[in-house]
Amino acid sequence: MKSKISSFLTPTYDWLELPMSHRKDLSGYLLILPALAIIIIFRFYPILQAIRMSFFKWGMAGPLGVVGLKNFNRLLADGTFYQSLGNTFWYVIFVVPLTIILSLLFAQLLNQKISGRGIYRTMYYLPVVTSIVAISVVWKWIFNPDRGILNAMLSLVGIEGLKWLNDPRGIFEILLGPLNVVSSGFFAGPSIALCALIIMAVWHNIGYCLIIALAGLQNVPEQYYEAARIDGAGPWKTFRHVTLPLISPTIFYLIITQSIFAFNTFTPVYVMTQPPGGPLGTTKLVVFYLYEQAFKLWNLGYANAIAFVIFIIIFALTQFQKRFIEKRVHYE
Amino acid sequence: MNRKFSIHTLLVFGAFWMLLPFFWMVSTSLKTQMEALRFPPTIFPTVLMLSNYLEAFRQVDFSRYFLNTVVMTVGTTALVFITSTLAAYAFARLKFWGRDFLFTLFLAIMMIPVPVYLAPSYVILSRFGWIDTFLALIIPWSANVFAIFLLRQHFRILPGELFDAAKIDGLNHLQILRLIVLPLSKAVLVTVGIFQIVSNWNAFLWPLIVTHSDAMRTIQTGLAYFSQAESTNYPLLCAASTFTTAPLIIMYFFVQKQIMESYARTGIKE
Repeated sequence: MKSKISSFLTPTYDWLELPMSHRKDLSGYLLILPALAIIIIFRFYPILQAIRMSFFKWGMAGPLGVVGLKNFNRLLADGTFYQSLGNTFWYVIFVVPLTIILSLLFAQLLNQKISGRGIYRTMYYLPVVTSIVAISVVWKWIFNPDRGILNAMLSLVGIEGLKWLNDPRGIFEILLGPLNVVSSGFFAGPSIALCALIIMAVWHNIGYCLIIALAGLQNVPEQYYEAARIDGAGPWKTFRHVTLPLISPTIFYLIITQSIFAFNTFTPVYVMTQPPGGPLGTTKLVVFYLYEQAFKLWNLGYANAIAFVIFIIIFALTQFQKRFIEKRVHYE
Repeated sequence: MNRKFSIHTLLVFGAFWMLLPFFWMVSTSLKTQMEALRFPPTIFPTVLMLSNYLEAFRQVDFSRYFLNTVVMTVGTTALVFITSTLAAYAFARLKFWGRDFLFTLFLAIMMIPVPVYLAPSYVILSRFGWIDTFLALIIPWSANVFAIFLLRQHFRILPGELFDAAKIDGLNHLQILRLIVLPLSKAVLVTVGIFQIVSNWNAFLWPLIVTHSDAMRTIQTGLAYFSQAESTNYPLLCAASTFTTAPLIIMYFFVQKQIMESYARTGIKE
């Protein structure tokens, strides 16, 4: 009874074949209606509205008139916006590889035949279920320049404490300064304050990446390791030539999700930095800048122009990673 | 033996850093303010100031924030269960024109990060008059594509004979869903529920934007507010951080496998 065209268009399952009378009924639509309504009103419509609003001057009370591309022109000339993009760039570039490398290292260790693996896993994963607000409060205290435990521990090993969240100096500026290399602005690199946020983000996300990486490692068939052993490969060579290619889909997945996640960071900036986004705007990440424009200064139209750029960047990021990294990914 | 020892050494070193902030949070929460400011710091509190916890509760209305969070969590979770089981059933078990297109559209929309549509959402909610109400906290999050996705995957692999038999018995879709599908899907439903609880409990950006009165604060916006009001009283801040994270951490020790699984399968956090 089924027509060839419809079976070609939609995947069919034999057990799903229904009498003709059922095919025409609307129950499918009725059942998805509640979810569909919510998603259209609170996701689809706002996304369209976001595009429209970016062409308006929009105040607290509503639209104040069409301004065409003015919001975008203003964006292109906005130094703070560029700074926030630069900060976000450094933040993502440091957080993602550090998190993934460390989680791979620990996943590799946890994939050995040792006792207490469950306990380690529980401990490493604990930060993931803790709210970012609470850990931001605690890490702000840990990073306290005068009373913080981190500086206390550094002084134990004879290192002079840092000002952490109060220090706007870029790390490249500090490291390259003695070599007479002058680097400033974007090229000064992430500030010490931003590095504090980077450290916390790595700490927060290791557990999640570790679980994913561990699942990837456990899927590597034992005989590959056997073969590598017989060929006389050491641990590094085995990792480089056996493990890494086989878990590259997992790593690829982690790079994408972690980049998007890092790009969207807001809460630590809001809770930890003083003034928010400071010192000297060096921790102002782009999502925080959007929040500031939208909900502190009530430039809602302008904020949507920023949102538009965020969207483009995240979209480009996933596409770029798809093109250039996925090519090198080894799928079974 | 030597190899195992070095593996454990590295793992313990890692675990030390993972747990240090938690230890420091609890330790500071029990110190007097004088002791907390001592440098170099004392590792354990010399006197246990349990009163810090009461004091934090006294300073701001944390019980109200807890209650709000519970209402928000229960509300969204209940609605998500309803909307997503219905939709997942339709996507997995029924054929209708545009089904696969709609499902792809759902997934695509969910890939767009929240900050992108934050400002227009605010405008829409204020037009509805929902700003600073539970409606703004609950309704926009009452459909969850990841829940639909997970449930759909599960509903698809249920044996077809069950559905044939149910149809012969004359059950309608809602009866099939309630009497046959849901009882066979407990594990997935638990995963969805846990995911809902964790993400609601930890939600911050959304409540920060759509509510502004003290009476509507959730636990996270309340804690952020408290951290600005009491920016230097670290024992009180750590006490507040401890009791806002404790419920989830306790839950985590009981259902950690499901939590890890739900995060691993949905691929999102927060």
